[in-house]
Amino acid sequence: MKIVRREHRVLVQGITGKQGTFWTEHMQAYGTKIVGGVNPKKAGTEHCGVPVYGSAKDAMEGGGFDATVMFIPALGVKAAAMDAIEAGAKTVVCLTEHIPVQDVMYFMAAAKEHGTTVIGPNTAGSATIDECFLGFMPVFNDRIFKKGNVGVMSRSGSLATLMCQNIVSAGYGQTAFLGIGGDPVLGTTTRDAIEALDSFEGTEVIVMVGEIGGSMEEDAAEYVATMDKPVVAFIAGGAAPPGKKMGHAGAIVMGDKGTYASKKKALEAAGVNVLATPSHVGDALKEAFGAIKQASRGVP
Amino acid sequence: MNFEEYAAKPILAAAGINVPKGILAHDPDAAADAVATLGPVVVKAQVPTGKRGKAGGIQLAQTADEARTHAANILGMTIATHVVEKVWVEELSDIAREFYAAVLNDPTTKSPVVMFSTEGGMDIEEIAVDTPEKLRKAPVDIRKGFDIAAARALVDGEALDGANEAIAETLVKLYEAYRANDAELLEINPLVLTGAGGVIALDCKFSLDDSGIKRQQEIAPNGTPDKLTELETRGEDLGIKYIELEGDVAVLANGAGLTMTTMDVVRHHGGNPANFCEIGGEAYTKATDGVKMVLDKPGVKSLVVNFCGAFARCDVMMEGFLTAWEELKPEIPVFFSIAGTGDLVAIKMLKDRMGVDPLPDMDAACKAAVDAAKGGAS
Repeated sequence: MKIVRREHRVLVQGITGKQGTFWTEHMQAYGTKIVGGVNPKKAGTEHCGVPVYGSAKDAMEGGGFDATVMFIPALGVKAAAMDAIEAGAKTVVCLTEHIPVQDVMYFMAAAKEHGTTVIGPNTAGSATIDECFLGFMPVFNDRIFKKGNVGVMSRSGSLATLMCQNIVSAGYGQTAFLGIGGDPVLGTTTRDAIEALDSFEGTEVIVMVGEIGGSMEEDAAEYVATMDKPVVAFIAGGAAPPGKKMGHAGAIVMGDKGTYASKKKALEAAGVNVLATPSHVGDALKEAFGAIKQASRGVP
Repeated sequence: MNFEEYAAKPILAAAGINVPKGILAHDPDAAADAVATLGPVVVKAQVPTGKRGKAGGIQLAQTADEARTHAANILGMTIATHVVEKVWVEELSDIAREFYAAVLNDPTTKSPVVMFSTEGGMDIEEIAVDTPEKLRKAPVDIRKGFDIAAARALVDGEALDGANEAIAETLVKLYEAYRANDAELLEINPLVLTGAGGVIALDCKFSLDDSGIKRQQEIAPNGTPDKLTELETRGEDLGIKYIELEGDVAVLANGAGLTMTTMDVVRHHGGNPANFCEIGGEAYTKATDGVKMVLDKPGVKSLVVNFCGAFARCDVMMEGFLTAWEELKPEIPVFFSIAGTGDLVAIKMLKDRMGVDPLPDMDAACKAAVDAAKGGAS
């Protein structure tokens, strides 16, 4: 389950911390159905109006939950994720940055076996507009997120915020947002996210926000080539020098691998409109929606 | 973080893999002295990059004098931008065959992959392109590990001159070393079968996962950190990701993706970014330090500030920015684009304390900064 809905029960691991509390309150206010939190030291108490459990396992045996979002420090994530996965979480949203990759691969292997969807690590989370969000996207800001027909996915939270602001200021809105994260090993790939948005109700156009490094945009292009819906993309890092990690562990060009040129070429071959700068997204959406309208009128 | 050969080999040795004896020498005399204990040697440049042999950084020496001469030539040599400051002087090995072995993190299978090839000594990229059928790969369920049965299966059917079992055992030890040390890559190239039938690691490449450094404190000091400029070192000490670039338009933004994009847009409008400086994530409270860093780069002519708050709050970042600005009172022109969590508060703070408004979008802010930098130059 990649796109969490308002009816899904959500657990917050690390709910009692400063960030956990701040964002839990925002998630609740927006409509996310928070059913509990986890902090082994505060089990049995209440926080943000929901019960605090000693573990995800206890939470599952208590009231139960569908998805979990983790506000957990890097070296604690493996244990917290394993707890949630073994408890039967359908979706684990992993926000934390700088988790050792071997830890990530460890809980990813368990997630695969249990059929759990992992989103992240190193993501700002996901959002279903006017329903709920998990993580720390500014979904409640109506100059950035507004109900509409554009599905958005991104490796970067800050860049997605900018892109979503441009979408709204151009007069459009979103169905859902999926932040997949900036790490090299990710639970949900660009292609997975595009597939999920493609089949999500109300989505008519998809905006892909990628960046240099790895081959996820190239892999996604193979799927995009088979899609009916138009896809608009921006790829960050065209001006980044090779061999330097640009903040995200995944964003690095080594030799010919992961270059801007390779991604742009693959996406354009799949019919994607690749933007020069994020500010061009409004014009690109106008064109995409115009083409849809024409097609629905039967104009070739 | 990469480890040079002399620092990587002890990791193999600790896992029980045979490595040749050697000593680290910082001057020609020390290299010459090593011959007395090691006999004929190989003098090898120690730099965190490949292609040392092709650059002339690896030389055979039969005598102490030869070792001295080679070391004198190699020390001070530049190999792929790295100046050689030390050589590893190693006993000569009797090479019958050369293989390739490695374990690395694979984003595609989301698992460790153990790799083996009979085509040792070449770059893995060359093996993968020239003879992909000779590169064997085994993805590993990291929860279960890589045992001797899996290792035997990986080399099964290879004609290894009777060394199949010894190589399988080496692969198991290599995997254990990879796991114990938070490697993102641990590679033996070449893995050598000696004339006497022994299996030894003649070279070793080890990259430690940067996110694993804090729990690998015992080995971390032996790694070779990326060469940083003075400002980059300051950024690292402050916990701010800062990369110094050639241009004159300073960039301050939050989040890796947004910061990269700000650089892209500066370039798109014909300007040259002076830096990558990211104060997103946990660093969003460090705007004051960030501003000071980007302004301290000589030759900066304008500044673009691009805040797009999600986790990082615009109001907190703006407070940090204004604190630095009011303290430093710099004269360079600055242009803002502000959106996201805390944006309205941040915009009001900017108006109240600097009397300016942000530009309507990042394109406008970047273009204005580029124009200002160009104007300042003429």
